[in-house]
Amino acid sequence: MAKAKGAVDINAERCKGCDLCVVACPCDVLGLQPKEVNNRGYHFAFVDNPLACIGCAACATVCPDGCITVYRMVSTND
Amino acid sequence: MDNTDYIKQPQNIVYSKPRLLNDNNMHYCPGCSHGVVHRLVAEIIEEMGAEHIAIGIAPVGCAVFAYNYIDIDWIEAAHGRAPAVATAVKRLNPGRLVFTYQGDGDLAAIGTAETIHAANRGENIAIIFINNGIYGMTGGQMAPTTLEGMATSTTPYGRRVDLNGYPLKITELLAQLPGTCYVTRQSVHTPASVRKAKAAIKKAFENSMAGKGTSVVEIVSTCSSGWKMTPAKSNQWMVENMFEAYPPGDLKNETK
Repeated sequence: MAKAKGAVDINAERCKGCDLCVVACPCDVLGLQPKEVNNRGYHFAFVDNPLACIGCAACATVCPDGCITVYRMVSTND
Repeated sequence: MDNTDYIKQPQNIVYSKPRLLNDNNMHYCPGCSHGVVHRLVAEIIEEMGAEHIAIGIAPVGCAVFAYNYIDIDWIEAAHGRAPAVATAVKRLNPGRLVFTYQGDGDLAAIGTAETIHAANRGENIAIIFINNGIYGMTGGQMAPTTLEGMATSTTPYGRRVDLNGYPLKITELLAQLPGTCYVTRQSVHTPASVRKAKAAIKKAFENSMAGKGTSVVEIVSTCSSGWKMTPAKSNQWMVENMFEAYPPGDLKNETK
């Protein structure tokens, strides 16, 4: 089982559900909410598979609304 | 189940929204390239520490509300006249970082004269040119940069060159003028291209501060609402069609 090295926080209220982060993610971490919507009626992005995240920040780089904060662990010995 | 809270510590942040991009929700459609370029401008000004000396000139078009989203000084110019206003601002305040942010209808149609003459005078300003091939704000009408055969709301059967003329490659025109020092064409559809575009805009801003001449950064963009596609599909369409007429890369670089 791969150990999570990265994590993302998504500002769901700011997200417009454009799907660009989902397309850009190389590890299939993100997805769009299939049913839930935010206050503005968009199917916002959410972390579907948190363990696969490597903290590469590709999602945040292409996000047009700056909704995504990316964290990456400094590599440890384990 | 999200059990990654131990990673979400302030010391582990590798990317977050730039401080200068404020919390107002942008009015742009989902997936609009304007959002990415706004974020890049905010990041670069923050990195350069130029927030107290930066003056942006907003255009008429979708980006007319740019002053609502980036916390620096802005001036709203009449349609197409952003380079003329920037000329005055930069000549009166030579120590300021002055840039214009314009779309293709603003820069290549209504403001052609102002753009060409400001570049020909070699004003020390940076011009960010968002080229999506249509008038996005008013409903997707044909612009001078519309591709041959591209369907828009005013050319529903595609642009005909015998009737509407050829796509205007204004960036190539500007590259021929001796006043420009750096003319480049970038895009923001993948993480790699976003990083390249950021480097290009940063270089343009530095040229402006160093007084080397006019810098022009064209960003080939998408308009998913105007093109009537999803954002991911528009990026794909842009790569397949726009890049043929507007290939990314440096057109002129005399700043080495």
